[in-house]
Amino acid sequence: MKELTVISGKGGTGKTSLVAAFAGLAENKVMVDGDVDAADLHLILKPEIKTHQEFKGGRKAVINPVLCTACGQCIELCQFKAISRDYVIDEFSCEGCGVCVHFCPVEAIEFPENICGEWFVSETRFGPFVHAKLGIAEENSGKLITMIRRQAEKLAEERNLGLILIDGPPGIGCPVIAATTGASAVLVVTEPTVSGVHDLERVGDLVRHFKIPAMVCINKFDINLDVADRIEKYCVQEGFELVGKIPYDPIFTEAMIAEKTIIEYSPNGLSEMVRGMWGRIINRMKTI
Amino acid sequence: MVITIASGKGGTGKTTVGVNMAVSLDKAVRFLDCDVEEPNAHLFLKAVINEQTVVDTFVPEVDFTKCTYCGKCGEICQFNAIAVLKDYVLTFPELCHSCRGCLQVCPEKAVQESSRELGIIEQGRAGHVEFIHGRLRIGEAMSPPLIRAVKERIDKGQINIIDAPPGTSCPVIAALKGADFALLVTEPTPFGLNDLILAVEAVRALKMPLGVVLNRAGNGDSGVQSYLARENIPLLLEIPMDRKIAEAYSRGQMIVDVMPEWKEKFRGLYQKIEGIVNRQGDT
Ligand code: SF4
Ligand code: SF4
Repeated sequence: MKELTVISGKGGTGKTSLVAAFAGLAENKVMVDGDVDAADLHLILKPEIKTHQEFKGGRKAVINPVLCTACGQCIELCQFKAISRDYVIDEFSCEGCGVCVHFCPVEAIEFPENICGEWFVSETRFGPFVHAKLGIAEENSGKLITMIRRQAEKLAEERNLGLILIDGPPGIGCPVIAATTGASAVLVVTEPTVSGVHDLERVGDLVRHFKIPAMVCINKFDINLDVADRIEKYCVQEGFELVGKIPYDPIFTEAMIAEKTIIEYSPNGLSEMVRGMWGRIINRMKTI
Repeated sequence: MVITIASGKGGTGKTTVGVNMAVSLDKAVRFLDCDVEEPNAHLFLKAVINEQTVVDTFVPEVDFTKCTYCGKCGEICQFNAIAVLKDYVLTFPELCHSCRGCLQVCPEKAVQESSRELGIIEQGRAGHVEFIHGRLRIGEAMSPPLIRAVKERIDKGQINIIDAPPGTSCPVIAALKGADFALLVTEPTPFGLNDLILAVEAVRALKMPLGVVLNRAGNGDSGVQSYLARENIPLLLEIPMDRKIAEAYSRGQMIVDVMPEWKEKFRGLYQKIEGIVNRQGDT
C-alpha cells in the first residue's frame, strides 16, 4: 500500500483542485481530506456519509465553584494563564495538562474528556473517502489527522486498495507533520511567487528533515516565469522531481464553482496536462 | 488597537491585506507576523531586521542520581512526553507542552529544567512600520507558544496588525485572542465561503467584532456576499481580480507599490475598523 500526501506550504495554491482531479484519475484508492482544520475536498467529492464518529482528544479542566476555596494554587501553577482571578478556566487557553487538577487541595477541578471533532467514512463517485471536521477552536488536529490516516489504511487493507491519496494541510507544523510522517511520498504544489518559493523552501527543509521523497508541481507557472525558473532550479538542486507545470487558468475556479473536478468539467486541454502529471506521479510512486 | 487578520485558509490574500494596510497608514504601526509556520510578510515589507531572539520552552530533564523511578512524573503527563521504566526515565521533548507538571510533582526534585528551541523572533523596521515575526524551527510541531511570544511584543499604544496563520484551530486562536477586531479575508468561491464560515464561527466563539475583505472579487460567484448579508457581517473592502495585482504579488510587491491610489482605500479600511471598535466600546 502506498500513501501520497499532497501539501502546499500555503493554502490557495490549487492543491485541493488537483487532489480532486487525481481522485478522478487514480484507481483503487482511498481518499483522505487531511486538512481537518478547513476541509474543502468534500465540496467537490460530495460524499455520502456512511459512518460518523466523535473524536475525543485530550481533556479540559473545569472548576467546580461550589468546592473551590479560592486558594490560588491553580492560578499559580497554570503555565497557560488559563485561569482567571475569579477561578474560571478559559477553555480556549486550557491545554489539558491536568496540573491544576492534580494539585488542587480540595479536588474542586474536574477533568472531563473533550470531544473535539468528528470523523466520517463516506462513499463518493470516485471511491471511499475518509474525512473529518475539527471542532471550532479545538486543538489536536494532528491527532485527528493521524487517526483518519489509520482508518484509511484499515479501509484500504479491507478492500484491497493499493493507494491512499491525502489532501494535506498547509504549513510545516503539527498537522503537516501528522499528515506526512510515514507517507510513501509527498507532492508539493507551489506557485511561482516570492512567497511561494519561500514556503516551498520551508517545506523542502521539512521533508528532508523527515526523509520523505518529494515531487513538485508548479501551478500557475506562467504568472511569473522568472520565479518559476527559480523553483525549477531549486528542485534540481534538492533532487525533487518536477512532475508538472500548470498554466494559470480560470477554468479551475469555474470547475470548483460547478462542484466538479477539472477532468469532469473540461476533459481536454488543461486536463490532459493534469493526466500527464498523474502518470508521472504514479510512475515515481512505483519506484518508492 | 489590535487587529488580527485571519482567513480560515491560506492563499486568500491575508498577508496582502495586512501589509498594504500597514504601509498605507500614517500613524505608528506594528506588524506582527504570527504565521510562524510560513511567515511571508517580510517578503513584501522588506523590513531591515536588527534584532533576533531565540525562543525556548521548558522541557524536563531527569537527574538519575536522584530519581527513584516512582513513576509520578509519567502519571501526571497528559502528553506522553515522559515515561518511567524500571531503571530509566524516557523523555520525548517534542511532545512536551511545558506544563511543568512533572517538575512540580517529583518528590525527589529529580526533574530539572531543560529547554527545547521553538524558533526565533526577528524584529526590525520598514519605514514607519515596526516589524516583528516568528519563525518556527523546522520539525517543531507546536506553534502556539511561539505565537504567544510574538504577541508579547504588541504595543497597545500603537496600531498593531497581526497576520494570523491559516485554519481555525489552536494556532489561529492563539493569534486571535485578545485582539480588538478580527478582519477575515476571503474569496468569492465555494472554497472561500466554506473556509470563511469556519473562520466566522471561530471569531464568534471568541466574542470579538469582525469584518470581511473580499479578495479577487469578480472571479467567482455571489455566495460569499449573500452569506455576509444573511449573517449581518460588514463587507469592508473588495479587491478586484486583477492580473496586475497577481503579478505584483508574484514579484513580492504590494498593491500600493503598483497602484498608489489604493493607499486611500486601505486607510478607509482601517477607519471603518476603528469606527466599529469604537462603537463596540461605547455599548
Ligand atoms: S517523579 Fe521524580 S523520582 Fe519519580 S520517576 Fe519521575 S523523576 Fe524519578
Ligand atoms: S512539562 Fe508537562 S508536558 Fe512536559 S513532560 Fe512534564 S508533565 Fe509532560
